[in-house]
Amino acid sequence: MNTKPKASKAQLAEQFRSFIDPEYVITDDETLKPYECDGLAMYREMPMLVVLPETVEQVQRVMRICHENDVPVVARGAGTGLCAGAMPHKEGVVLSLAKFNRIIKIDPLGRTARLQPGVRNLAISEEAAQYGLYYGPDPSSQIACTIGGNVAENSGGVHCLKYGLTVHNILSVEMVTAEGDLITIGSDGLDSCGMDLLALITGSEGLLGVVTEVKVKLLPKPEVAQVIMAGFDSVEKGGDAVGGIISHGIIPGGLEMMDSHAIVAADDFAQAGYPRDAKALLLCEVDGTEEEVHEHIAEAEEVFRKLGATSIRTSQSEEERALLWKGRKSAFPAVGRISPDYYCMDGTIPRRHLARVLLEMDKMSDEYGLRVANVFHAGDGNLHPLILFDANVPGEFETTEAFGSKILELCVEVGGCITGEHGVGVEKIRQMAVQFNDEELQQFHDVKAAFDPTGILNPGKGVPTLKFCQEYRSIEHKQHKHEQTDAAHG
Amino acid sequence: MADMTQQLQEQVLQARTNGQKLNIVGGGTKSFMGRSADSEAGTLSLAEHTGIVEYHPVELVLTVRAGTPIRDIEAALAEEGQCLHFEPPRFGDASTIGGTLACNLSGPARPWSGSVRDQVLGIRLLNGKGEHMRFGGQVMKNVAGYDVSRLQAGAMGTLGAITEISMKVMPKPAATATLVEEMALEDVIDYMNRRAGEPKPITGACWVDGKVYLHLSGARSAVEATAEKWSGDVMEGGDDFWQQVRDMQHEFFAGNEAPLWRFSVDSTAPNPKVEGNWFIDWAGSQRWFRGEATLGDLEPLARTAGGQVSLFRGGDRSGEVMHSQPEALKAIQRRVKNSFDPDGIFNPGRLYSWL
Repeated sequence: MNTKPKASKAQLAEQFRSFIDPEYVITDDETLKPYECDGLAMYREMPMLVVLPETVEQVQRVMRICHENDVPVVARGAGTGLCAGAMPHKEGVVLSLAKFNRIIKIDPLGRTARLQPGVRNLAISEEAAQYGLYYGPDPSSQIACTIGGNVAENSGGVHCLKYGLTVHNILSVEMVTAEGDLITIGSDGLDSCGMDLLALITGSEGLLGVVTEVKVKLLPKPEVAQVIMAGFDSVEKGGDAVGGIISHGIIPGGLEMMDSHAIVAADDFAQAGYPRDAKALLLCEVDGTEEEVHEHIAEAEEVFRKLGATSIRTSQSEEERALLWKGRKSAFPAVGRISPDYYCMDGTIPRRHLARVLLEMDKMSDEYGLRVANVFHAGDGNLHPLILFDANVPGEFETTEAFGSKILELCVEVGGCITGEHGVGVEKIRQMAVQFNDEELQQFHDVKAAFDPTGILNPGKGVPTLKFCQEYRSIEHKQHKHEQTDAAHG
Repeated sequence: MADMTQQLQEQVLQARTNGQKLNIVGGGTKSFMGRSADSEAGTLSLAEHTGIVEYHPVELVLTVRAGTPIRDIEAALAEEGQCLHFEPPRFGDASTIGGTLACNLSGPARPWSGSVRDQVLGIRLLNGKGEHMRFGGQVMKNVAGYDVSRLQAGAMGTLGAITEISMKVMPKPAATATLVEEMALEDVIDYMNRRAGEPKPITGACWVDGKVYLHLSGARSAVEATAEKWSGDVMEGGDDFWQQVRDMQHEFFAGNEAPLWRFSVDSTAPNPKVEGNWFIDWAGSQRWFRGEATLGDLEPLARTAGGQVSLFRGGDRSGEVMHSQPEALKAIQRRVKNSFDPDGIFNPGRLYSWL
């Protein structure tokens, strides 16, 4: 949005304080400070003010006031996002949903949960456990991240291949529009009449509305889960083994891969007994009924053996399963121990290009003089390269960003995308110009305008302006991928 | 197996210049759905725009032109031991994948395997300005940009012509079995929901003519053990029964005398007390009703059951056939439509009279 706000900070604060507990209308720098960034702390901006409403009606009033006065609004959950999607706008309001933290209702028979947006992801499964149920998507930040944020980012996790993303696991959202209207999208049924607005809202990064309630589906907890750890002496073999399992007709509950840097760092940290000389490590979890797991584990071990696994270990107890996962789950902090800082990327690629992408990443690592460790949601092709750097060395973060940018462009080049689950936010807004052409980006802007005609919701995020893209492409001498494809056809 | 993109694009541009409307048609097997097509409009045919563009069994990803018949897709997948596990209905040999997505049609496995929109990874779309655009991708996870691909599910072509779809495919289950037993309608909603809440390899639960049917599919040992444990008789030819349900060939759906209504509701909601024939599918989430009624009569019942109702086939198709929408949502949908198709070229009035 280009219009200047029509109300001053003091005027807005006064209006908000007339219906929100004044303590929760924050205007002083010291209390505003914690809101200046989300999980991607390299990007910071102080907001004009922060409000923490307690009722949906208050959220509606905040939106109406901001709409009337052209004031930008950035909705915020737990602030664990990794793309600066919740970074404040300096002339705007941060609308925190932190007080909406109630599980409204769990229906054990219908296997659903009605939630306020500030409910933590893990809290859903903890509450549902008494009924033998759980919530499928489990992003790594699940202990802190909220369901509202999950809807905004279409969050995934390690179980996506089998159990889907957020979009596959929600039934409806209640949402306040930019103009302050309260609407329900979706229903208690599995679908609704007409165009699928629920899918459109999911992953829209707070640009189309403010979610005030979510109804999710719950799944019956599998009877048994076992994990196989398999080591390989090359990345290619590890990649082939992933394909081998899937071609065999087994869909693992989780299928994760780590490269040699990540294996060593994770094993140092967790002492999980990983094969430290392996070039690639697979963790393949099979879940289901007792009979099914028994059958599939035997088959999967055989597939790995045939495809050249140098070591295979299958968990024989819940403790052993937890230990094998511990290394993978602590891979990020583990890498944090071997480097002052790390920068996590999020590109997704067709799995068949894994070896090529890792090889080229190695070359880039030499060129940029920065180490990179790879953890990989192998089942669904989502790469998380961790670039190791030191923010105290002048210029090193800029080099890291340039390196990261090259990795994302490589992902697009092999037919993948710039972000699998972390979102675009501010961080990847430049690379949008690599994945999409001007017509597509304009269509995104038009969709945004259908929900938010004056553009007050999270402005400057998600979709770049066309002018910005043209400049970016010309600097980078990029030819758009689609243009290349179309030229080839033509 | 032809790429008709250029011709399709030219036709849209020409229609735009001439102020003409276009009805999008694939195999023509779903012409009974939605409101009556605009008889003044021309036809944008996707029937020749067919063929598999890319298929990587190891990736579980298929990219296909929108006019490709489901039958051809399933034949290609079967060679690799894979399938469309959302079990799309085939109303005829000509039923296409594009029409299936536009109408958001999924079969009996939908509560467990997901719907057609759940499998979609990306699309190419021809909008009302004649722009041929690409959204989403060929990978399982992609959160760059709005999810325009899945937005198309249920839009019935009102936002543009889908020309290509990338979607997730799955391995065929190793074994299947069907359990059948007699049960009253009053008891079956609770029963099906309880079964669906157990971690067993269930992929179908429906009720018709006083009998409940459960479909099991998955690893052989798991299917056998569950069939042994659960009540009900193992049905001979069970898979044929599910095929009939899937393609609406079951006798419940036969004939055109009584209109066919579809309720998409809370799976646990008590069944609406309306005189007529009922078929309960999706473990209670999808309920078919045959009988004379009006949308105005049935909407309050659907709302009480937490969902919506539509007139799926037959009856008066000149009025509204979809559950009515609140004003705020109407306004948003009109603006979304306008953002894709500013001149209102595609399928005018097919979904709602006001769109």
